[in-house]
Order: sequence, then C-alpha cells, then structure tokens
Amino acid sequence: MPTSTDLLQGTLDLLILQTLAPGPMHGWGVAQRIQQVSREVLQIGQGSLYPALYRLEYKGWIRAEWGNSENNRRAKFYRLTAAGKKQLDAELATWDRLSAAIALVLGRNAEALS
Amino acid sequence: MIREFFTRLRFLVFRKTPAEVDDELRFHLEQAVDQKIAQGLSPVEARRQALIEFGGVERTREQCEGERPGHSIPNILRDARYALRMLRKSPGFSLVAVLTLAVGIGANAIVFSLLDALVLHPLDLPGAENLYAIQQGRDHAASQSYPDYLDVRDRTRTFDGVIAYTIAPAGLNISGRPEQVWLYEASGNYFDVLGVRPYLGRFFHSSDEHGANSAPYIVLSYDYWQSHFQGDPQVVNRTVQLNGFSNTILGVAPPTFRGTEIFISPALWTPIVNQPQVEGFSEMQARGARGIWLIGHLRAGFTPTQAAGDLNRIAAILSKTYPGDDDGITFSLGRPGLLGDMLGGPVRAFVAGLGLLSVLILLAACANLGSMFAARATDRSREVALRLALGSTRLRILRALLMEALFIALGGALLGVALGATLLRTLKAWHPVPNMPINLPIEPDLRTYGVAALLALASGLFFGLVPLRQVLHADPYQGIKAGNAIGMARRAFSLRDLLLAFQIAICAVLVTSSLVAVRGMMRSLHSSYGFNPDHALQLNTDLDMGGYKGEQIPILQRRILDTLTHVPGVTAAAYASRIPLNIGWSESSVFSDSTTDYRISNVAMGALQYEVSPGYFEAASTALVRGRSFTWNDSKDAPRVAVVNREFARRLFGPDAKAVGSFFKRFGGTRVQIVGIVEDGKYKTLSEDPQPAVFLPILQSPSSWTWIIVRSPRDLREVAGAVDEALRTLNTGLPFTIDTWNKELGTALFAARAASLALGVLGGLGAMLAVTGIFGMAAYSVSKRLRELGIRIALGAQPKQVLGAALGRVSTLLVLGSVVGLALGLAATRLLSYIVYQASPRDPLVLAGVVLTMLIVGLIAAWIPAQRALAADPLLLLRQE
Repeated sequence: MPTSTDLLQGTLDLLILQTLAPGPMHGWGVAQRIQQVSREVLQIGQGSLYPALYRLEYKGWIRAEWGNSENNRRAKFYRLTAAGKKQLDAELATWDRLSAAIALVLGRNAEALS
Repeated sequence: MIREFFTRLRFLVFRKTPAEVDDELRFHLEQAVDQKIAQGLSPVEARRQALIEFGGVERTREQCEGERPGHSIPNILRDARYALRMLRKSPGFSLVAVLTLAVGIGANAIVFSLLDALVLHPLDLPGAENLYAIQQGRDHAASQSYPDYLDVRDRTRTFDGVIAYTIAPAGLNISGRPEQVWLYEASGNYFDVLGVRPYLGRFFHSSDEHGANSAPYIVLSYDYWQSHFQGDPQVVNRTVQLNGFSNTILGVAPPTFRGTEIFISPALWTPIVNQPQVEGFSEMQARGARGIWLIGHLRAGFTPTQAAGDLNRIAAILSKTYPGDDDGITFSLGRPGLLGDMLGGPVRAFVAGLGLLSVLILLAACANLGSMFAARATDRSREVALRLALGSTRLRILRALLMEALFIALGGALLGVALGATLLRTLKAWHPVPNMPINLPIEPDLRTYGVAALLALASGLFFGLVPLRQVLHADPYQGIKAGNAIGMARRAFSLRDLLLAFQIAICAVLVTSSLVAVRGMMRSLHSSYGFNPDHALQLNTDLDMGGYKGEQIPILQRRILDTLTHVPGVTAAAYASRIPLNIGWSESSVFSDSTTDYRISNVAMGALQYEVSPGYFEAASTALVRGRSFTWNDSKDAPRVAVVNREFARRLFGPDAKAVGSFFKRFGGTRVQIVGIVEDGKYKTLSEDPQPAVFLPILQSPSSWTWIIVRSPRDLREVAGAVDEALRTLNTGLPFTIDTWNKELGTALFAARAASLALGVLGGLGAMLAVTGIFGMAAYSVSKRLRELGIRIALGAQPKQVLGAALGRVSTLLVLGSVVGLALGLAATRLLSYIVYQASPRDPLVLAGVVLTMLIVGLIAAWIPAQRALAADPLLLLRQE
C-alpha cells in the first residue's frame, strides 16, 4: 500500500481542505479523520501534515488559532476561510474530472486484458 | 491570487515564532501516545512506539520554516555577509579584480556616452527623432544655398518646418573693445521649429524677418550670458554693437541648448537675414552659393522615405527652373548635429570602432577575472567539500560564490563609472581648436549608468559561474583527502587555460591596433603638407570687425603687411583669405576654356580656392614648380590670373601638357590665365586624396577675412611679441589672434590625433590586463607546484628545467594567444583604416612591435613567479604540508 508520503502535495492539500470543511479541527484530528475515512489506507505522518498545514495557512486558505482540545490540552485549531472554501470547490471539480478520465483509461485497459 | 499575495505579505511582516511548531508537534505526540495507551499498551511502551512512528522533528521544523514567505531572505543576507568576509580576507585579489573590471566597464561607459551623445541622441530636444539634416548632391554635402532653402521650405509637403543656419565669427562690442565671438545665423523660424523656449526674455520669429538687415536682434547663449554678462537679468533689450551695427538683445537661450551642431558652443544667435552685416557679404540671393545648413522637422504621419521622395520632387523642379545653379540637384536626409553625414559618417565609424575595442577589453577583463575565480575556487575545494559534507546544497555554495562575483562586479562598475565620468569631464574641458569654441559636451547620464549596471551584472554572472563545473562535480571525500586538490586530473587544456589564451589574444589584437595607429600618426606628421608650418606664425583677423568696408580693405591689408615685413627677424610675410588645413575651405567650379554653357554638369572639377597676396608662396614655403607667383601688378584692373597646383593642371590638361599660359573659365564665364604651378599639398584633411587647388590674387578677389603668415628663423615667441607690438602701434582697432602655425594645425590633425590617442590608450589597457592575467596564472601555477618544483631541484634539476616545468604551459599559451591575436589584428585592417590615417598593418615594423610587446608583457608578468620557482627551497617545502 502506498504510504502517505507518496501522495502528491496537491492531493494532500485537497484532503486537508475537505476534512476541514465541516468545521475547525486540530492537526492530530485532521490526520485521524483522514485515516478513519479512508479506512486506514491513508496514514499521514506529522512530517507531511504540518508543512502542508503551514503551506495552506500561508496561502490564506485556512486560518489557525490556539484553543483547548477535548482533553484540555493546548492545541492549534485550523478552520477553512472563505477563500479556502472557494479553492476547495474548484479543486474538487478538477479532481472529479481528472479521476473520471483516469478511470476511463484504466477501465478500458482492464476490459481489454480480461 | 491577490488575496494570497496579501496573505503572504502579512506573514512576511508578522512572523510566527519557531516555538509554535514545537508546541503543535508536542500536542500531536501526546495525542499519539494517548491513542496507543487506549489501544492497550503500557505508558512506557506507548511512548516508545509513538516516538518511533513520529520520526525526526528537525526535518518537519525545517520544512515548515521553508514554507514561510520570505524564509530565504535571512539566508541570502547571511550569504552576502559571508561573501564580503571572504573578499576582505584576500584584499589583494579583491582589489585587482575590482580594478580590472573597473577598467573594462569604465571604457564601455565612456564609449556608450559617446555613442549616446554623438550617434543616438545628438540633439537633446523634444521631438528630436523627427529632425533631419537636408543634404544635397551625390556626396550628401550639408551645404545648401539660401534661395534653395526658401524653395524647400515653401514647397515641401512632408516637413512642417525647415530651418537654415550657419556659423560665422563677428566682433561683439559690449564695453568698448570688440571681441571676436562665434555665432549662429539662423532663419526666423529656428527656435520655433526646434521647439525651444527662452530662458529669459524672448526669441526672434519668422515674423521679424523683413528682408536683408531688417532684424537687428540677438539671442544670447546661456554660457555666454553667464561669462560675459554675469548672468545679469537686465540684459534683455540692451543694445550692443555687432560688427559696428546696433543690435538688441532679445533674450537668453536655456542652459541645455547649444544650437543645432553638437561640437560648437556659440555666443549668440542672430537672424540669417543679417548676413550682410555679420559677414560683410551676402549670399542670400545667390542660388549657387552654398554656405548654409538645413534641418527639417518631419510632419507627423510621414516617413523619412516619403520626405526624401518629396524633396527630390522639389529638386526636379529646381533643376529644370534654374539649370545654371541647380542642374541635376538631388536631396537626401541625414542625421542632424554633425553636419549631416559629412562629419557624421567618420564620427560614427570612429565610435563604432572604439565600441568594438572597448567590448574586447571588457571581455578580456572578464576572462581575466574568470581565471582568477576559477583558481580561487580550486583553492577552496576543501572548504566546499566540508560544506557539502555538513549538508549544504550545491546550490547554496554556488550562490555564495556568485555573490562574491556580484560584489566585485558592483565595485568594479561603481569605480569604472566614476573614472569614466571624470575622464568625460576632462574631455569636455578640452578645446582642440584654439580660435573656435569647439568642445565635446558629453556627460554620462541615466542611460549610461543603466548600461554600466547591465554590463556589471552580465560580467559578474559570467565570471562567477566559471567555477560552476568545479563546484557541481566536487566530491567531498576527494576534497578533504587530497588537501589542496593536488591530485586533480591533468587535462590537456582546462577552462582556465582557454581563458588565459583568449585574454592574450585580445591583448595582442589591441596592441596591434594601437601600434598601427601610432605608426599612422607618425607617418601623418611627416607627410608633405604642401607648406612648411615650422618657424612660422599665423595671425588672423576679420576686417569687418573694425567696420572697414570696400576700398579700405585692400589698403589696410597692404599697410598691415608692410608693417609686418619690417618687424626685425621677419624674413617673409603674406596674407590670404584662408589657408590650407584650416577651418573651412571654399570650393569653386572650374570649367575648361572651351565651355560656353555654365551648368553644374559641365564642370570640369571642383577646385579648392584660396585668395592670396603676393609673396604667399614664399611665406608658406610652398614650392613653385613652374612659372611665376603673384606680384602687386596683378591688381584689380589687370587680366585675371591664377596659380594652380599640380593636381589641378593634371586634371584639366593631362599629366604631360603644358599648363602655364593656358586658360580656364570660372563660373560666369570669366577667363583666367594660369601663370604658375605649385606643388600638391593637403588642404582639407591629412587623409585626403590629392586635391586640385587654385590660388587667386587677393587684389582681384578681395576679402575681409585676413590670415597672415609670418616666417622667421628666430624664436617664435619673441617674434610674436614684436609683431603684436607693431600691430598695436598701427592702431587698426582690430582684434588679432596670434599663434604658431604648428599650433593652428592642431585643428586638422585633431581627429587623427584623437583617434590615435584613443587606440594607443586601449592598446595600453589591453597590455595591462594581459600582464595581470599572465601574472596571476603564472603565480598560481608556481605556487601550486612549489612542492613538485622543490623536489625537482632537490633531484638536481637545472634552473632552465625548473623554469620550463613551472612556466611551460603559460609560455605555450602566450605564444598561441599572441599568434591568434596578431592574425585577428591584421584581419581587422579594414576596420582600422576607417579610423586611422594610412593604417596598413602589414608594416613589418608593426609586426615586430607586436611580437616584442607580447614578449615583454610575458617577461614582466612571469618575472616574479619565475624567481619564486627558482628560489624554491626543497627542504622548507618538504617539511610543509
């Protein structure tokens, strides 16, 4: 199974944005969420996660503020900005188009081989 | 995207603290531990496994930092500080490098300023791109006649303004004593067409012109107003005497405006309709008298080609209507400011040649620096290896090296531009022609600085990237092991060798060209002028300035001559309306004796015309070959006679025919008999082809211009004093300029001398650069191989063998480079012949000179390293590392 480090930078950004869409979350929460939803396939370590979060923050798509976690620890919470929401929608559309195209090509190949 | 930009800007200013990342990571770790505990592991085991999974935090920290906008700025600053420190550590290298580059960039800055001022933007006026000089004839002469000007001005459809102007000397009387000034005579629309506004007062306009001598107005130039009127604002509407006639000062021109010819700094402008008063004669009615220059302002929407076509339409009309004067006339356009193409052509060629040579110098300097930097990089291979091993990227190392190069380039550029500016300022203060206000008003401006900055950047990148290959392929292990790269692979010819050879070649080219120039100049000084300027004084005055007219002129001239002949020490004296190799000449049409129709196409030749007094040829030491010279009997009422030179006789009658006693005709049908033949000489410039010349008795063609030659074997300063005294007692009320003839000749030789000087300087610079380059290379090679040389000496090598080992490669490169450079220099004869008089590089003296120079250069440069090589003490060296 390809590890999280094989994920393209842009795809990781998309995953994070989507994960933050429902509401604010801290870094650990985002990683856990992605792991859960992807049924343990995508495991994102801190080495990839935090640079990505910082990158998104510097681009203005997410905003960070310190707060208290569920178990009363100090954590930094990230939330989607309006610009981020727009970016998310755009990237989702692109992703849909792209993955459909890839699926077509791969699907045809699979048919031909079987 | 804009929002993203602003966000990044915000984060650039409000930086996060690095501690934030740590806090976040700590939280992340704690959560992971908690999760593991919840899965059933013991706290200790949970923490251990969590830490393993966590991985290293240093990398994460760095990556987060790397995402921050502006994160590279402190790195760059650090690199810059490091580069400066490195440069300070080797002051000798840095100084030499900066000086070398300063020379290269300075030379180019100067040449670019020249190019800008003389070729690209000669007239510094708004809309100057639409100004064109209107020339006539097959040889694009700038001189036109006034009636032709009126026709062009009135009939043209493509110019919305055509101005006419000429320059002339006159006597301006401000405070009692008349002083000679040079002024522009300009058409009424001059200032309006050019778009100049007055600095003070007002200008004259077309509406002020009502015929000859109708507009007694003067406009002062800013410089003259400052120097002679002390910048007094009350000068407007003051009356002064110009050649004895009252004129009113209308105003002052702006400080940046010197008129429409670049080299001349006039005192004032006066309407051209005043020509009779200013020059004592009027050519305004004579269609064939071509003494003025025209500039036209192209109308919007028309191209120069269309304008030229329109002008030739007018030319066709003129040719048909006035067959006597304008038969076959054509017009063409040229760039204004340098007498059209007449001066413009040679000047442009000269500047282009200079430009090429200065680019060569810059290339040589870059090659020099490139090899120096490459050597430096090799020296620091250990340091580079260390940095690589510690985790620096090659990119960062390169960046640091590049910074050093750029700093040197910056320093070199600043110094170079400063030197160039100083030189230009000196040039501006130089007055090559003693009597005329001629100078080169050239200053570096923004464009020059821009070009210098660009050159600095390009050069810096060029020689900074020379060690590129070395750094990219540097192996850290090899670097640290081998000490100082002794074990580097020996290739036949490395990049550094190529650079040195290139540099030497360029130096050889420069030395060749400068030697050619020097030879040419020496030849020009010794070629036959057709007169002997040694032991002779030259006096000059204009009788108009004292208000003398008509019959008074020849009488006064005779009196002056008699007085001068009686000054003790004077062996011969004579006067003329103008003399050869001086400012200005007059050409007149010569027709054969059988001509009856005096139109331009029937002209046998155009001969240079001089009106001279009896005794002129003796005074000037011009050899009379056949026949006789003039006497006082060749007066106004006597038959018209002339003395011509050999070239004239040859062209009109053939090489063997007898010319003395034959006749020729002048314009208008006057028959003139040739009574004598003199030797050929130089009349316009030193590098001209043989020219026909005709001398007329001044009594038959009087002129108020008076050039006097006084010959004396005594010390010329004493004689000058005596002459001055004698003239003062004569009390003519005229200002006289007195100089030795040789000094006056400076005018004619000026261009050739300036060119030779420039080439000589460039040759010298090239040689200097080559010396530095060879020295650097030789010194480096010796110092690298000192150990080896010490061993050789210990094993019994003779001094010759040691030298051979140490300097063998350098010598090979010297020879190779010189040969290539010499060949290139010879190949460039065509280019050089434009610039230098009688440039023929196939002169054996030149070849010998180049070989000798390169040999000397090599010897000087390699002397110290050679001594060092020979003095290598094997014991000392083997003990060192």
